[in-house]
Amino acid sequence: MDKMPKWADVILIPLISVLLALLASGAVVAFIGESPVEAMRIMIDGAFGSAYGWGYTLFYTTNFIFTGLAVAVAFHARMFNIGGEGQAALGGLGVAIMALYIPWPHWSLALIGCTIAAALFGAAWAAIPAYLQAKRGSHIVITTIMFNFIASALLVYLLVNVFRVEGSMAPETARFAEGTHLPSASTFAGFLGFRPSTPLNVSFFVALAACVAVWLLIWRTRLGYEIRAFGHSETAAVYAGISPVKITMIAMLISGALAGMMAINSVQGEAERLVIDYVQGAGFVGIAVALMGRSHPVGVLLAALLFGALYQGGAELEFEMPAISREMIVVIQALVILFTGALDNMVRMPMEKLFLSLRPRSE
Amino acid sequence: MTAPAIELKGISKAFGPVQANKDISLSVQKGAIHGIVGENGAGKSTLMSILYGFYKADAGEIWINGQQTPIPDSQAAIRAGIGMVHQHFKLVENFTVVENVILGAEDGALIRPSVAKARKLLIELEKEYGLEVNPDAVVEDLSVGHQQRVEILKQLYRQADILILDEPTGVLTPSEADQLFRILGRLKDEGKTIILITHKLREIMDVTDTVSVMRRGEMTATVKTAETSPAGLAELMVGRKVLLEVEKKAATPGEVVLDVKDLRVVDSTGVERLKSISFQIRAGEILGIAGVAGNGQSELLEVLGGMIPATSGSVTLHGQPIDITGRESDGQSRRRRGIGHVPEDRQVEGLIMPYEAWENVAFGYHHDPKYQAGILMNNSAIKADCAEKMERYDVRPPNPRLPARNFSGGNQQKIVVAREMDRHPDLLLVGQPTRGVDIGAIEFIHKQIIALRDAGKAVLLVSVELDEILGLSDRIAVMFDGVISGERLPEDTNEGDLGLLMAGVTERQGAA
Repeated sequence: MDKMPKWADVILIPLISVLLALLASGAVVAFIGESPVEAMRIMIDGAFGSAYGWGYTLFYTTNFIFTGLAVAVAFHARMFNIGGEGQAALGGLGVAIMALYIPWPHWSLALIGCTIAAALFGAAWAAIPAYLQAKRGSHIVITTIMFNFIASALLVYLLVNVFRVEGSMAPETARFAEGTHLPSASTFAGFLGFRPSTPLNVSFFVALAACVAVWLLIWRTRLGYEIRAFGHSETAAVYAGISPVKITMIAMLISGALAGMMAINSVQGEAERLVIDYVQGAGFVGIAVALMGRSHPVGVLLAALLFGALYQGGAELEFEMPAISREMIVVIQALVILFTGALDNMVRMPMEKLFLSLRPRSE
Repeated sequence: MTAPAIELKGISKAFGPVQANKDISLSVQKGAIHGIVGENGAGKSTLMSILYGFYKADAGEIWINGQQTPIPDSQAAIRAGIGMVHQHFKLVENFTVVENVILGAEDGALIRPSVAKARKLLIELEKEYGLEVNPDAVVEDLSVGHQQRVEILKQLYRQADILILDEPTGVLTPSEADQLFRILGRLKDEGKTIILITHKLREIMDVTDTVSVMRRGEMTATVKTAETSPAGLAELMVGRKVLLEVEKKAATPGEVVLDVKDLRVVDSTGVERLKSISFQIRAGEILGIAGVAGNGQSELLEVLGGMIPATSGSVTLHGQPIDITGRESDGQSRRRRGIGHVPEDRQVEGLIMPYEAWENVAFGYHHDPKYQAGILMNNSAIKADCAEKMERYDVRPPNPRLPARNFSGGNQQKIVVAREMDRHPDLLLVGQPTRGVDIGAIEFIHKQIIALRDAGKAVLLVSVELDEILGLSDRIAVMFDGVISGERLPEDTNEGDLGLLMAGVTERQGAA
């Protein structure tokens, strides 16, 4: 018998965790002399109270869906890919090269081309740690985090020395040509009140499609079956003739590709140029998103929405309540990560006991 | 009449909805050897864990030597004079015997005085009970049988008067088991009380004075051993009559199916696990491989099943070579060649425990075209196949959506057996087919193996259970230290003879 019904595992526990995190955050806010209720109101209103807020919330959500799915796919093969940050950075490089050097006639073609480039570059960056893990047993956590630093240094070098516009002081590429500009939400959903300045763009739909694709991959294809089997038991995988090397490589390539695809949203869709350090921690947020979403695409989608709202609502809170600094916002986000990710068992164990005690005794 | 050494009154324990122990009462006289038998999941381990303070009973009382003694933790159990010898030893391998014995019972911060005191006491204990263990030997250099005696010494050093032994002979050769029983006899003569948990009915008959049978959390019977029989006990365990003997017709071996020549395996640490093994199996024949666990049988199965590469040697199936060293040496290729494999450890190898039954039914055969629907897997076809297999192989409950971990050991094994046997492989590799499987399922699985043989297939059976080897095999090979130390026909041998081969006494030494 399973200890808990599925709905409790998937919905109830994350919900309780988030509530606990918000309570703790409220205590912190009260401690510095502000009203937690008011802070909460500002955050929710900032994230969901207007088309402006929604635009940013869903824009961040798009990023987190990509990085969250990336971590989730690797999790299914029991690998902890914490290199989403670097893989997304390289994805940005792929998008920049594709957008700068090819004269795209239409945004839709550019989107396809840039998506492929972003995925390829992200996958390539994940391939090296994957190979080292598969063939040499170098721990993927160590190698992927090191590759984040290498990616960061590489991009600084390229943006300063190769891509920087002649005479400019900013370490960023030139603005991409008109043909690559993705339609923003004001174009396809202007009737909902989105302004042209909103960062939300069509890559949101690519992210939703990626959720469906990952679901199909993991639960409906033979490859996904093999990935999950390998993740549960490597010995059993070998018994069934599933190659650990192959699965390690493929799972990490898919993971890296998904992380890289974040670039179509941020680089192609919003900035329309590659700026330095554009990922801004989204790779790491992806870890929390995948943990909270139980590595399931629907969970990832919901968790990404929560973190998108935290980012956007947090920015508003910082603006509206001067006593709450940028660091405070980080603290609140960190508390959510702490409660949903690291302290999962704190909620889970008492809940399991509760459910067990509620169940009728069988003879 | 003196008070019983142990008296349990109305012990109950539930884990959530599972009632592991139900109103159990038990009384064991001082200086007796009391056996507890029951199928897996009958509640034996739970009961002993309560007695040893690992679990707290929901209800009931424990009386030791006529006094009510609550046992909230294992410290209390030790104080009450209860010692436990676990199935898997809890020894520090690179410590000496003395160091292991005093571990956790040191007198002070400095080790030397405790060691000196303990060594003196150990030598006395060894003499008293005939244990023959050198106190200064390093544990990893000792044989398994001697390591077990260290565990017993540990308990005696802690002045245990009541010893609980959990499946003590699972890792022993027959002669080591006999020595263990002699030691238990000495302990009994000295007034110690012993509780022996085992699933081997013969041991119960040989050494115990009284025996209790557990079934589904209840103590169904407590009888004097002299007044019962193995068949009677088996019936009490299962709740119906069972066949302990396997019924089979004489084999009619055909052409050679599997031909293994000079097979060598050197593992990654450089240890030679298989040293030039050669044998053949014919169609319609079961070759049984006997041996104490860890003498190369696992590696043999793993090489033939494509799980690990061989270092050298050749293997042919129906005269066609099988790649055992290169790229084609994997489980998928083996299955395509018609080799089925029931692995030794179903929970780690044969099944993905969180996978539902239907997902496990396709495991290893998930490339089968009938399980595909375009680029996706045909889940409904697999589920239908699973439901049908569960029906024919009597898997209970017959629910394809239940995760493998929620089935009992016997039903888990039936899922593996159904998957591997239902394709009528030309060669079936079977490792420990009935380990941790209840008696009813053992009977079923044995019948399936015989049926496959009668259908003209070759079977390689690896088991540490000599009863099983003797009952099923048409020929028996014994493995010791990576070589085949002897071959026998089941009708020309017995447990004693096989036991010698298992202990590495080769024919020549045996004759000398």
